[in-house]
Amino acid sequence: MAEEEPRIGVFICHCGVNIGGVVNIPEVVKYAKTLPNVAYAEANIYTCSEAGLTSIRENIKKQGLNRVIVASCTPRTHEPLFRSACREAGINHYLFEMANIREQCSWVHQHQQERATEKAKDLVRMAAARATWLEPQEEPELEIKDTSLVVGGGIAGLTAALSLANQGFKVYLIEKDPELGGNLRKLNKLYPTMQDTRDILEPALKAVKSSDKIETLLSTTVSDVKGYVGNFKVTLAKGEEKRDVDVGTIVVACGAAAYTPPKGLYQYGEYPNIMTQMQLDEILREDKVKKAPERVVMIQCVGARKGEIRAMDLAGFPKSDTARLLAKILRAKKEEGWPYCSKICCMNAIKNSILVKEKFPQADVMILYGDVRVYKEYEDFYSQAREAQVKFVKHIEEIPPEITQTPEGRLAVVAYDALSGQEIRLPCDWVVLSTPMIPHKEEVLLARLLKIPISSDGFLMEAHVKLRPVDTQMDGIFLAGAASGPKDVPESIVSAKAAAARAGTLMANKKMSTEALTSVVNEDECIGCGLCEEICVYGAHYVEEGVSHTIAALCRGCGACAAECPRRAISMQHYSDEQILSQVKAALTGES
Amino acid sequence: MEAAKLEQKEFEPTILAFCCNWCSYAGADLAGTSRFEYPTNVRIIRVMCSGRLDPTFILSAFRWGADGVLITGCHPGDCHYVQGNYMMERRFGFLKEAMDQLGIEPERLRLEWISAGEGEKFAALIRDTTQKIKQLGPNPLKTA
Repeated sequence: MAEEEPRIGVFICHCGVNIGGVVNIPEVVKYAKTLPNVAYAEANIYTCSEAGLTSIRENIKKQGLNRVIVASCTPRTHEPLFRSACREAGINHYLFEMANIREQCSWVHQHQQERATEKAKDLVRMAAARATWLEPQEEPELEIKDTSLVVGGGIAGLTAALSLANQGFKVYLIEKDPELGGNLRKLNKLYPTMQDTRDILEPALKAVKSSDKIETLLSTTVSDVKGYVGNFKVTLAKGEEKRDVDVGTIVVACGAAAYTPPKGLYQYGEYPNIMTQMQLDEILREDKVKKAPERVVMIQCVGARKGEIRAMDLAGFPKSDTARLLAKILRAKKEEGWPYCSKICCMNAIKNSILVKEKFPQADVMILYGDVRVYKEYEDFYSQAREAQVKFVKHIEEIPPEITQTPEGRLAVVAYDALSGQEIRLPCDWVVLSTPMIPHKEEVLLARLLKIPISSDGFLMEAHVKLRPVDTQMDGIFLAGAASGPKDVPESIVSAKAAAARAGTLMANKKMSTEALTSVVNEDECIGCGLCEEICVYGAHYVEEGVSHTIAALCRGCGACAAECPRRAISMQHYSDEQILSQVKAALTGES
Repeated sequence: MEAAKLEQKEFEPTILAFCCNWCSYAGADLAGTSRFEYPTNVRIIRVMCSGRLDPTFILSAFRWGADGVLITGCHPGDCHYVQGNYMMERRFGFLKEAMDQLGIEPERLRLEWISAGEGEKFAALIRDTTQKIKQLGPNPLKTA
């Protein structure tokens, strides 16, 4: 407990009728005043309004408060606001605590008003117990190097590199292939403008080449990452050749691959002229068609929106807990197919169907689909295909179409029409499989090196899907393009510019402060067993001269080390044993 | 017999739920924003990661009279801290064994994965857990 006698102020929010309509707020205020260490309690109509915030600031001074509790909504949205009110009134913002009496009380117990009031009292008591144990924390400040590393030279990587260079930062752009351009090199035209991919790619390549801020390294991969935001030391590998670069930020633009069905799925690889949309793009782009097709059948959602994630072969990856565990989950899931909608395939099929129609007006083009998912202006694009006489046939997806070869050497697709329920037999010349964008196998390894979690779909995971879509859980590492999930070219460009802006903001500020939720080792208790060093995925612990130490900048504050430490020698700042146990006790015994 | 039945009907368990900041706490919030109702018996404690949960927190909760304890975290593979949830899962196994030896029914402790998008699952979990703990009756340590 802090040296100073705790004086807690409790501000209880009506949130209009959201809380006040269910919970008896005056009763909770009265109760709060009886709690130990609570010096002041009041109700507010909206604590988050200017009037509410002013009241917090004024009462901190008037009542001599040194702890503040707001009982209102979820800390996930409003904690930063109340914390800054505390800071403005001169209280360290780690001395602030919230009781969530809206999302986790009034909104879920609307028809149990008395019991909701009792629960709200318990939640306030738990918050007061924790607040008593809170301690002020200093947020460490870090220097940020003004150099960035962009991993991946597809359109997202090129865009991010250019954007960063234009902001005046030095950029290392690395690409695993011997050439820049990524998937765009293989594609033909882009929907819905039908622009040639070269129109987009060539200017970007030229600009990157002529920039004196960008150093491009081809056939190069990341082999090791050390350090933390502002001070990453990245080891790059080109074959046997290794090179270290020091960067302040990292933009991951490693992209996605087109799923290639295994031999035999939809008879792929068994007969000629069964191809993926990506292969059709290449054929059209290179103008390699020998004989005009009479009929083309496209099949949607091949290996997408089916079953669960496909097992990845992790052979050859370093043996570590993460890789092994990941392999275990991935293997346990069903083979063949990815669970998600890849979102670009409908438009891509429509694009290629229109292009085939333009090139071979006599050809009959059919698209077998389960659902057509075209959004925003692509609805018009769909109509455009309908007008061009492309036939959309809804088939029963649960019965996968079978493809056979006719005696004349043509192909025949046998499917079930969803409207009539009848079997349909479609002799054709090309079968085009619309397959999803899937994560590169290398992403798993990269994710491990960068300590970024992988989503259940297998892509790199953003820090928050809505609020922080290009940030990662690791400060200073950002995601651009399809690394975080299927994206088309405009979306990849947008996310690349967003990622470059986020990285640029950090570097332009030259300094940043990080949350003080780090582990602290009690050196008198530590026996130097090294368990913390072994389990920390961030490498934030090291044992030296028989005692463990924390590298605060690397620690993300998960607290696994504190839970595992056999000597209980590790404490988590802001989530200490005392702070958590005081809440447990307050919840169960009525003591605060 | 009738009296015993009545008594059981009136038993309102106290259940403690540990939620991780990134997934299950957000899932509980979503249950709220979606107005999915559930019994009032649960009290939530927020931690950054389920991997933070020292087994003594759970055993202390039972010692202080919790009728049930729920540990919730991110789905396998989704952990914000890469593998904290796996560490909790490992502790969960021996916690259950320890409870059994201490004479506390292991069913009083549950481990569930809730994502930030699973508000309905969270509400259903609280309904189900409350009902199961009601059937089990009060924590035996309280009457011992």
